[in-house]
Amino acid sequence: MCTYVTETVAVSGSAKGPDGWFRVTDGSVYFDHPVHAPQDHTLNIDFLAPGQGPSARVAVELTADSARALAKAIESVLAQVPAGLI
Amino acid sequence: MSSDAITAESITIPGHGEDEIEAYSARPMDPGSIVGGVVVIHHMPGYDAQTKEIARTFAVNGYNAVVPNLYSREAPGASPDDAAAIARAAGGVPDERLVGDVAGAMSFLKALPTANGKVATIGYCSGGRQSFLAAVSLPLDAAVDCYGAFVVGNPPEGMPLKVGPLVDRTPQLSCPLLGLFGAEDQYPSQEQVAELEAALKAAGKTYEFHSYENAGHAFFSVNRPSYRPEAANDGWQKIFAFFGKYLS
Repeated sequence: MCTYVTETVAVSGSAKGPDGWFRVTDGSVYFDHPVHAPQDHTLNIDFLAPGQGPSARVAVELTADSARALAKAIESVLAQVPAGLI
Repeated sequence: MSSDAITAESITIPGHGEDEIEAYSARPMDPGSIVGGVVVIHHMPGYDAQTKEIARTFAVNGYNAVVPNLYSREAPGASPDDAAAIARAAGGVPDERLVGDVAGAMSFLKALPTANGKVATIGYCSGGRQSFLAAVSLPLDAAVDCYGAFVVGNPPEGMPLKVGPLVDRTPQLSCPLLGLFGAEDQYPSQEQVAELEAALKAAGKTYEFHSYENAGHAFFSVNRPSYRPEAANDGWQKIFAFFGKYLS
């Protein structure tokens, strides 16, 4: 672990892992060495449910450009949601 | 006549707070002499296959090695990346616990029938900082810091990981220190490496530092784009020369 840049955030929702859907309570966002992606560093997101054990986790590793594009898409979609839905 | 056979296996050892923790042991079966011990401190990505391979490399070269699973309490039996994720979200490994786990690993090594009583630590990345931490906290015979960040320098503001600089504890270093760094690395930067070197000189400590050109962080990692064979090959030679001097 090299950059040590990590932010944790409480989240509410569900994620789908290898054993199916589960409720998630925590998100962890960090820019560091990936496990699988073929880059030196990636923007990594862990969706976690610590109360359900360490394998209750959905992980993604994205290039910085992909992560920025995703963040923009998230904001864009939320901005387009009809009034009253959120 | 000795043989080159090794035995490598998952075990449990007592760690900090008398907790039983998972560990990986690799040692020569019949070395023909008593040998030194090496505590291998895994990097933040975890207690993984590559770190276990490093332990086996020490065994093949005539050392008793053990890798404590620093995430044994957070995620026993979990896959290394799941365990690392949980530990990161929880703030990482507390320094006091690391020292206790390394002390347990030292006791394990010293109790082996082939032990000569000498023990070193070696750590990579966050493990490099932890190797230095162990060396200023425990009576070791040698320590190797491979590109450990935050031995000097402060971590970013608001970072949830519990790592602070250790350079002020340099006078407490119990043993000679080998530092292996990539010149292109920013964590630690060459300025920070120079700062640590100055502290070692001021404290009159025995040390040996090497910074490799055309190498950055994690140059020993064979499964990553950061791997630099030239730096890694020379680094391994430096490690074995260092251990040959201080662990025999």
